[in-house]
Amino acid sequence: MAEKVVLVACGTGIATSTVVCKKVEELLKENNVSAKIIQCKIAEVGSYEEQASLLVTTTIPPREYKIPVVKALNYLTNMNTEKTDKEILNVLR
Amino acid sequence: MQITINEKLILLDLVGADKTILLGKMADNLYENKFVKNTFKNAILEREKIFPTGLPTQPYGVAIPHTDIEHVNIPAISIARFKKPVKFIVMGEKDATVLVKLAFMLAMKEKHTQLNMLQKLMAVLQDKDALDFLVTEQNSRLVKIFMQEKLKLKG
Repeated sequence: MAEKVVLVACGTGIATSTVVCKKVEELLKENNVSAKIIQCKIAEVGSYEEQASLLVTTTIPPREYKIPVVKALNYLTNMNTEKTDKEILNVLR
Repeated sequence: MQITINEKLILLDLVGADKTILLGKMADNLYENKFVKNTFKNAILEREKIFPTGLPTQPYGVAIPHTDIEHVNIPAISIARFKKPVKFIVMGEKDATVLVKLAFMLAMKEKHTQLNMLQKLMAVLQDKDALDFLVTEQNSRLVKIFMQEKLKLKG
């Protein structure tokens, strides 16, 4: 069983994904879920798609992917974060 | 490289009819003060079209416009308060809009860094008292000091 990979993407890969990355790291740790997290630009998602189980993003995905997508704006505004937590854990468990 | 908040980059009650004019003024000011390259303004405006940065925070909407690192000379944050709130598209949405009163333009030079600063900035955006202060304070030096303390940055 290969390690699961979670992609965290935003438009530039420098600002919001940095914050979301940290949130996802903490979430996985708290729930004993083991996965590798890769931070990237949304434009780079295609190159990781084959190995990833999940995409967490703060932007509109420009196309359909083979993997589930979770929108993570709640992690920036800190509103209704439990919903986002659940969505992520449901995919990885 | 430490990010700076410089008094010259705090624009209180900026006047403009829409987000393009206002973001343009913020970017021009960053360029005039040599923090960014002449390509920054166009990059900010183009990116805002593709990846909007409005956030539906309360009691005021905010925006965090930013763009790729290659357009930046010296990392900095420019803070603008708009005289009249203008519509931004909400981050990650196609057509949902938010009326934005405050913009924090991030001129960043490195990837995957500044986590602490970004987390602290997000905390400010979720803090009603902080937003109230930023919306009412008339003295840009006090705004600068306030934000430096909140983000644990040097001037």
